[in-house]
Amino acid sequence: MYDFQFEPCQLPDDTQALRAEVREFLKENLEGFPAVKKAATWQGFDSEFTRKIGERGWIGMTWPKKYGGHERSALDRYVVLEEMLAAGAPVAAHWIGDRQTGPLLLRYGTEEQRQEFMPAIARGEGYYCIGMSEPDSGSDLASMRTKAERVDGGWVINGSKLWTTHAHRCNQMVALIRTNPDPDSKHTGLSQFLLDMDIEGIDPRPIRDLSGSEHFNEVVFKDVYVPTERLVGEEGQGWQQVMAELAFERSGPERYLSSFLLLRELVKEVDPSDGTARRLVGRCIAHMATLRLMSLSVAGMLNEGKAPALEASVVKDLGTSFEQELPELVHDLLGIEPDPDGDTDLAQVLSYLTQVAPSFSLRGGTREILRGIIARGLGLR
Amino acid sequence: MNELAQILSESVTRLFEDLATREVLEEAETGIWPENLWKELEEMGVMQALVPEESGGVGASWNEVESVIRAAGRYCIPVPLVETMVASWLCSSCGLEVPKGILTLAAGGKLEGSGSKVKGVLDRVPWGGRATAILAEAVIDGEDSIVLLEPDSGEKLAGQNLAKEPRDTLSFTNCAILTGNPLSKDFPKGLVELYGALARSVQITGALENLLGESVQFANDRVQFGRPIGKFQAIQHQLAILASETAAARAASSAACTAADSKKAFFEIAVAKARSGEAAGIGSKIAHATHGAIGFTYEHALHFTTRRLWSWRAEFGAEAVWRDRLGEKALDRGADNLWTDLVSQ
Repeated sequence: MYDFQFEPCQLPDDTQALRAEVREFLKENLEGFPAVKKAATWQGFDSEFTRKIGERGWIGMTWPKKYGGHERSALDRYVVLEEMLAAGAPVAAHWIGDRQTGPLLLRYGTEEQRQEFMPAIARGEGYYCIGMSEPDSGSDLASMRTKAERVDGGWVINGSKLWTTHAHRCNQMVALIRTNPDPDSKHTGLSQFLLDMDIEGIDPRPIRDLSGSEHFNEVVFKDVYVPTERLVGEEGQGWQQVMAELAFERSGPERYLSSFLLLRELVKEVDPSDGTARRLVGRCIAHMATLRLMSLSVAGMLNEGKAPALEASVVKDLGTSFEQELPELVHDLLGIEPDPDGDTDLAQVLSYLTQVAPSFSLRGGTREILRGIIARGLGLR
Repeated sequence: MNELAQILSESVTRLFEDLATREVLEEAETGIWPENLWKELEEMGVMQALVPEESGGVGASWNEVESVIRAAGRYCIPVPLVETMVASWLCSSCGLEVPKGILTLAAGGKLEGSGSKVKGVLDRVPWGGRATAILAEAVIDGEDSIVLLEPDSGEKLAGQNLAKEPRDTLSFTNCAILTGNPLSKDFPKGLVELYGALARSVQITGALENLLGESVQFANDRVQFGRPIGKFQAIQHQLAILASETAAARAASSAACTAADSKKAFFEIAVAKARSGEAAGIGSKIAHATHGAIGFTYEHALHFTTRRLWSWRAEFGAEAVWRDRLGEKALDRGADNLWTDLVSQ
């Protein structure tokens, strides 16, 4: 049986100055933001805010300087991320580019691709979305059908992607596309492409979510021409590349902090002598402190060049379960109505999180997929 | 794990494999003291592992003995090894000479007195009736103190927890203490409960690791509907939760051990006991559900672990106790300090 290893990770002392700097920046720049806007945090798309973060050197922190990065440690980056999320900064515009596209290009991209795309991400001017799911391919991702056919000098793409977050606001998409239609090549016939969102034939259509907001999209590709130099990594290696990429996105602080602003509002509003509230808050703190240890542990292992894919899945499953439980706990405790126009920040934030919480265990691999991965690690599959 | 931790862990694990047999566990439940197991452990010197070398111990850190305590939990060791280890460490940390023999920790109850005499009751002390000495807190001449007492100087009322581990209540009326000292800044009031809670959270982690291993094994072996039940997604997902809860308990208790070495461990231990206690309940439920009816029999060994988990999570402060303390502090400090406090621990 696999032995889960969460090696303890101690943040170096020199991260304290950085943390203070980030807090100072956030205090200044989040002044006047309504609580409900803060609660959106890594779903909040604000290109102006992202540019300011880029100016401070807090995007692409670990990347080489020649690609616009800052050559800092992954733990420095971790500190910046957790401070941003805990304060409720709108970080969606650069989140994907910083977390996924940059590392992807560093691993598999060509020199030209790195030079062309990474500096813009680091400046806070390159906004990325990820085209994975399709109308008939969700958790069974490898069944996807959107295809690229070879033509002179490149490829032509036809098909559609679904649930592509912020596609209508991004300049680029990294799309996983079928380049080999042979049914025997389910996992080996996929490739990744970098697509400009403004080229002809790409049409993102926002889909209203249950709360009425528009974050995700259907993106239709009609005879989209993409030159060979926009292939990322190797043709046919897309599945392997994506799986490695998913491991990065599973264990960050965003996997347990999505409802933190609600806990904060609760602590602000509740009567400190209320014993039930006290116990509930204490339980949440025990969970958060443990999740942070585990998330940080994975960050530390990644920093040392290890590949803790199973541990990352454990963090995401535990973390998203906690994030989803929080609005339920608050509902149970207070019995107030979640009201988007409520008198208190608490009612508004509760209203927002109650509605978005279902997505926490869907995005980036569903809970069921993660538990399957963990079960495989245990030797059950 | 460093070399010392490795050696300690391997030696006790070998010993437990040989001497903590089902027969020994069953006998212990009927009140038979596993003399052989205790003697071997004494000879190994592991009881004084946490005691500094200059006081005759091994001088190991909490992180170095963590794996020993986890193993004690994993094998359901029916002797107060963990209590003796922690009591020995607390004695030396509080400037008391470490007595030989069986030591134990009394967190419940109340003692007060004057000079070298105390009176009061100590509730449900692990192996309290058999111990050579009991470490307890007492208010002596108005001052918070730590004292060592002989159980024989008090009146004993034998009790047991769910796992039939001795939990004896002792009443003292004007009894002479063996020795005592005022509490210090590094080891303030509540220290016996605090470090008892740390030890239990590590034992709980070991017990959960046992449940996980046994449950995965059972799910792979047991065939129903023509295939091992572990091939069913419903079982796989439950065991994935058990694995995650075990990992959470381990991360929290391990961090608490690290903090204990730096002597500022209240927050980390509170988190560890609250979180591992929660995991204990979830884990026991899943392990029993996986094992089905056979796991509910006395014949099957699962209950040696689950009965301990149900008791251990309540000892030295249940989740409710530690959550209340964490919550009280957080509400007292207010929303603006919630995050900064969490990351400054």
